[in-house]
Amino acid sequence: MESNGNLPGRRGGVATLERPAVDLSHVELRQMYELMVLSRMLDERMVLMNRAGRAAFQISCQGHEGVTGIAFALDPARDWLVPYYRDLPAVLRFGMTPREVLMSLLAKQGEPNSNGRQMPAHYGSRRLRIVTTGSPVGTQIPQAAGVALAAKIPGEDTVVYTAIGEGGTSEGDFHEGLNWAGIYKLPVLFVVQNNHYAISVPLEKQMANQDISARAEGYGMPGISISGSDALEVYRVAREAVDRARRGDGPTLIEIKVHRFTPHSSDDDHFQYRTKDELAQDRQDDPLVVTANRLKELGALTDEHEQEMRARIRQLINEAGEEAENAPYPDPSEAFTQVYAPEGMTV
Amino acid sequence: MIEALHDGLQQEMERDERIILLGEDVGRKGGVFKVTSGLMDQFGELRVIDAPLAESSIVGVAIGAAVNGLLPVAEIQFLDFIHPAMDQILNEAAKFRYRSAGDFGCPIVIRTPYGGGIHGALYHSQSIEAMFTHQPGMKVVAPVDAHDAKGLLSAAIHDPDPVLFLEHKRAYRDAYFSADVPDDLYSLPIGKARVVREGSDMTIVTYGYYLKECLDAVQEYSDEQQASIEVIDLRSLRPLDKETILSSVMKTGKVLIVHEANKFGGIGGEISAILAEEAFAYLDGPIMRVAGPEVPAMPYAPPLEKAFLQDKHTVRAAIEKLAAY
Repeated sequence: MESNGNLPGRRGGVATLERPAVDLSHVELRQMYELMVLSRMLDERMVLMNRAGRAAFQISCQGHEGVTGIAFALDPARDWLVPYYRDLPAVLRFGMTPREVLMSLLAKQGEPNSNGRQMPAHYGSRRLRIVTTGSPVGTQIPQAAGVALAAKIPGEDTVVYTAIGEGGTSEGDFHEGLNWAGIYKLPVLFVVQNNHYAISVPLEKQMANQDISARAEGYGMPGISISGSDALEVYRVAREAVDRARRGDGPTLIEIKVHRFTPHSSDDDHFQYRTKDELAQDRQDDPLVVTANRLKELGALTDEHEQEMRARIRQLINEAGEEAENAPYPDPSEAFTQVYAPEGMTV
Repeated sequence: MIEALHDGLQQEMERDERIILLGEDVGRKGGVFKVTSGLMDQFGELRVIDAPLAESSIVGVAIGAAVNGLLPVAEIQFLDFIHPAMDQILNEAAKFRYRSAGDFGCPIVIRTPYGGGIHGALYHSQSIEAMFTHQPGMKVVAPVDAHDAKGLLSAAIHDPDPVLFLEHKRAYRDAYFSADVPDDLYSLPIGKARVVREGSDMTIVTYGYYLKECLDAVQEYSDEQQASIEVIDLRSLRPLDKETILSSVMKTGKVLIVHEANKFGGIGGEISAILAEEAFAYLDGPIMRVAGPEVPAMPYAPPLEKAFLQDKHTVRAAIEKLAAY
C-alpha cells in the first residue's frame, strides 16, 4: 500500500484498486459475511428492545458492518482491540457472544464489559483482549499506541486495532496518538469509520480536508481511504496493513467511508439534520447487500446459505435475548466496589 | 531528594524489566531536574523514552502500556503542564478499574515537580493537587524528603492503581530534605501519615516543603512559650490517613492545617470537614488553615512571589491566634 495521494485509481477520496482475490476460502468468506449478518440482526434486535422500553439506551453499528473485513484480518489470539461504540462486529469476532452483548444492553449482573456500570456498547474484556473503553473516544488513540509500545519493546508480533468516528479525529488525542505511533513505528491500525456525521455535525463542518487518510503523511505512515461497503475489499486492505504492522514496519491509517443507517443513538432524531432522501440513497449502498453480491459472484454464497444462516442467527438471538431478560441486575452494593485494587495487592 | 529519586528509579528498573520511563526530556538530557540522568544510556531508548511534547499522550501511552503488562512511570515536566492530560488521568486512568468492574487496573505513576518559591512564576509553581484528590480511583502522594521519596516511589510503582507522585521543587536540592536514605530499595505504605513531632497542645497538619516552615515556627514558638505542638506530615493526600489526624486532634483539641495550595476547595477544607464531622466534641478552638491566596497562580517578581508564599512567620502568627482559644 502506498501513502495517500499516490493511490492508483484514486477517485473522490475513495481508492478503487484492482480487486485481486483474497486469501480466504469460501467457508471463511461465509463466516465473515455471517458475522456481518449477526451484527446487523443483533443490532436490530437491540433497537427493538429499546423501542419496547426494555433497554434505556442503544447505539448502533448499522451501516458500519463492512469493518468486519478488518476484524477478520486480525488474530484474536494475539492481537488487541481498542474499539469504540460502533464496533460490534469486531468484538463479536474477538469472542463476545450475543448473550453477553444483550446482557450488556440491559446492564445485567455479570455482563462482561463493566458489570452494568457503563452504557451499552462500551466494550472491554481482558479475557478477549478488548481494552476497556469510555464514551469520549479520542482518549483511546494514544492508549492504543501504548498497548502497541508494550508489545514492541519485548519484540512481540502483536497488532493493535483502534477505531473512532470521523468526529473523533478532531480531538487533540487523535493527533497525539498517531504522532507517537509514527515516531516509534508502532504496530497499530488506526481505523476511522467515517459516516459523515458526528451526531448532527456533517463532515464539511468537521474538517477542511475531508480526505482523512491524507493526514497519514503528516505522521510518516501510510494512509488509505476505502469504501466500507465491500467487506472483501476492506479485508484486503486490512490484511496488508496487519502484515506490515506484524513485520515491524509500523502503523497504518485506514479511513473507511461508511453510512450511518440509524440516528446517532436511541436518544437522537436524525431527521432534524438529514433528509429521508439522503438516507434512502445511503441504504442503496448497504454493506450487507454489496458484500453478499460479491460473495455470490465468487460462488461462495447462495440464497440457501443465506436463509439457513439467518434462521440460525434468529434462533441464537432469541435464546440470548431470553437469557438476558431473565438475568438479574447487579446488587446495589456493587455500586461501591472495585474503585481501588484490594488492600495490600501489588503488581 | 533528586539523588534518592534517581537511585530508586534505577534500582527498580534493574530488578524489574516491566518498568519504563516516558516524559519530555527524560532521556538524553536526563530530565530538567536530572532525576533520570544517565538512565537512557543504561536502559535504552525504548525503556527511557524522550516523549514528544504532548502531555495527554504521555499519560495515554502510559495507560495503554500498563494495560499490556508494563509498569510505566510517566514524568510531567511541571505539574503546571498537566492540564492537557486531565482527561487521560481523571476520566481514564482513575476510572479503568471501576468501569471494567475490576477487569483492568491502571498501574501507572505520574511523577511531577510542583510548588513554588523558585522564581517559576505562574506556570512553574502550581500546587493543584486538590484537582486530583477529588477523584475516586486516584492516589496522590507528596513525599517530603529523600527518604520518603525513595520509599513511596517503590510503593507507587508497584501499586495496582494510578498514583500521582508530587515532588516539591524546593525540596529537590535543599540539604534539609536529604534525610538518611538506605542504599537498598524499600517501600513505604501509601496512605500513612507520619507524626514528625509529638505534642499535646495543638496539631499542625501539613505536607511537602511547608513542613520545614511549620517545624521552624513550632520550634521557635515552643522554645519561647513552653508549648507542646504535634506536627503531622500527611505524605499521602489520597488515601488520606484520617485515623492519624483524628487521634492527634482528639488528643490536642486544636488544629492548624498548612498548605501551599490555595484554600478554597483545598485538602485543608476536606480535613476540616472530617474533623467537624468526626471530632467536633473534642475541639477547643476553631479549625484553622494557612494556605495560598485566592489568585490564579504564583507571580514572578520577587516581592510578589514572597507575598504569595507562606513561611514560618505566617505559620507562627496562626499558632498564636489558635493558642489563644
